[in-house]
Amino acid sequence: MRELVISNLRGALTAVTGILAEAVPRVLAMIIIIVAGWVIAWIAEFILRRLLLLARFNRLFESKGVTRALSVAALPSPSEMISRIVFWCIWVAFILVGINALGVVALQREVSDFVYLLPQFIVALLIIFFGFLAANFFSRAALLAAVNANSPSPRLVSGFVRFLILLLAVTMALERVGLGRGVVLVAFAVAFGAIMMGLAIAFGLGGRHVARRILERRFAAGGERKEEKDEEASHL
Amino acid sequence: MAEESFLSDEFVSQLTAVGEVDIVVGLPTFNNRDTVQRVVNAILVGLVKYYPRQRSVLINPDAGSKDGTTEAVQAASIPDFRAVLAASPLRTMHVVSARYSGVQGESEALRMVFAAADLLGAKACALISPDLESITPEWIDALVQPALKDGFDFVGPVYQRRRFDGLLVKNLLHPLIRAAYGYQIEEPVGREVALSGRLASYFLGDQSHREDFPGLGAFEWMTTAAMAGGYRVCQAFLGPRVTVSRRSALDLNTTITDVAGSLFRCLELHQSYWIARQKCEQVPTFGFQPVLDLDPVRIDRKRMFQMFSSGVDQLRAVLEQILSPGTLEAIIAVAKLEERQFRFPDDLWAKTVCEFAASYHHSVINRDHLLQALTPLYRGRVSSFILENGRAGSDDVERKLESLRQEYERLKPYLIENWNRNVR
Repeated sequence: MRELVISNLRGALTAVTGILAEAVPRVLAMIIIIVAGWVIAWIAEFILRRLLLLARFNRLFESKGVTRALSVAALPSPSEMISRIVFWCIWVAFILVGINALGVVALQREVSDFVYLLPQFIVALLIIFFGFLAANFFSRAALLAAVNANSPSPRLVSGFVRFLILLLAVTMALERVGLGRGVVLVAFAVAFGAIMMGLAIAFGLGGRHVARRILERRFAAGGERKEEKDEEASHL
Repeated sequence: MAEESFLSDEFVSQLTAVGEVDIVVGLPTFNNRDTVQRVVNAILVGLVKYYPRQRSVLINPDAGSKDGTTEAVQAASIPDFRAVLAASPLRTMHVVSARYSGVQGESEALRMVFAAADLLGAKACALISPDLESITPEWIDALVQPALKDGFDFVGPVYQRRRFDGLLVKNLLHPLIRAAYGYQIEEPVGREVALSGRLASYFLGDQSHREDFPGLGAFEWMTTAAMAGGYRVCQAFLGPRVTVSRRSALDLNTTITDVAGSLFRCLELHQSYWIARQKCEQVPTFGFQPVLDLDPVRIDRKRMFQMFSSGVDQLRAVLEQILSPGTLEAIIAVAKLEERQFRFPDDLWAKTVCEFAASYHHSVINRDHLLQALTPLYRGRVSSFILENGRAGSDDVERKLESLRQEYERLKPYLIENWNRNVR
């Protein structure tokens, strides 16, 4: 009995030692790959940042308003952003190689799923980024138009435009990565429809006098429209 | 001549039938039947009366009128002036109408007129608006003579204006052009101008930025390009300018986006010229300018002030990207004043315009957005100007405008500094 226990323990110890002997080098290899990847990614980022600064890469975007748009979106300059993206791409690639080196089948499956999802995820990020830029642009356009038309609540109009565009961008991004696809689409359709219907009811019932004035001003000859023309007929 | 290809075969054959001429008068039209006949009559009488020995042609580029404008132009050419034509029986009045795509804007019409002047070897080329009610035959003589006989290349108009008329010209365009280009030209967006043949040919050849000036900006471009090109510039007094144009009904925002944007673009195109330009010279002015104190134009000052005040409040985040912190703070401070105490001082206004021009050059935000942000500030300046000069006579108003122009000139180094700086 005693020998049997000792034999089992020895067998277990041998098995654990075997597993450890097999796993430790793999873990060490993974750590080395990840650390080496971080070093390589950092060096690549450093060199790229220097090169882009030397090449005055940011100046290419200044005249297009991209730098300003990025800063408004609380994002770094184009050169900084590209450097950081390169850093993360290289490091994530090394991390994935490191995890693969562990040789754990379940993890390898997860890695392959992640790799499969990665392009969708990048596309979703791009959609949100461009959605943010579009939201900024069109909300500012709406704000300026509302101010110059002497509308009562320009910031409300502008905020509403920004909200709608961001909502659309986020919905598209989530739909892209396949996260709760049906729920997101239905939620968006319901929210959008509700907002539009609410606005229509509010304008039709609450603002019918305003609506009438706007229509009269647009289509009737004379009246207030003529008065506005007179005021602004002679600036040139 | 290199630009012939954009002309239709029919137009070229009509020009060929005309032969060489001394004077070309361009009359771009689009649905102007109500006024164009009177304008054509004035042009033809002017040509016959003042230039009986010169060969001339009226070129009418039409953007596709549907109301019979071109027919009205052709009909006006012969029967109305038998008596005048009888004095010069050998004369043939040529009137050439041709269509162009209105999508391309008025600059395309001007290009056709320049091409006609170039092809026909004209010595002088005048441009006239089709919607004028106040034109007389004397306008043709006033415009054409300096170009034809006195050796000037560009003849700009001087109009007799009512008080508070043309405030955008007086508060922004004229003083900024004077400070930058160094010429005291009264009407940089004047739509009745004359050119020498060589300047018309130059404009025909220099069409690289035509797309940048689709509307009224084309006239600003011509005025500034003539100055920057070293051509001889003068101006002629024409009298009051009364029109029935729908253009006058354009909203203020569109007008500012069009003309201020065009001027800022011109500053960009001619930066090597105006940054180096030191002096400011008087522009010779022909014609007699009577001193008349006409009734002021009616402008709702209170509404202007209210729109300025709320605009500054609402657009603070946008203005922060365009203006320096000091200028923005000063504007916010004046926007908080009571309506009666409100003043938008000359130095602050001139500084604001200079910073807008520089920010436009650096494209700190979308250029259309930037120009739209100028509109509420301009309303404030107009409100202040009317409040200050409501009871002032013409001389007093002129003195104050002169002081504004000098303020712009004083700020030219500031404009250059901002223009050349790196983006904030």
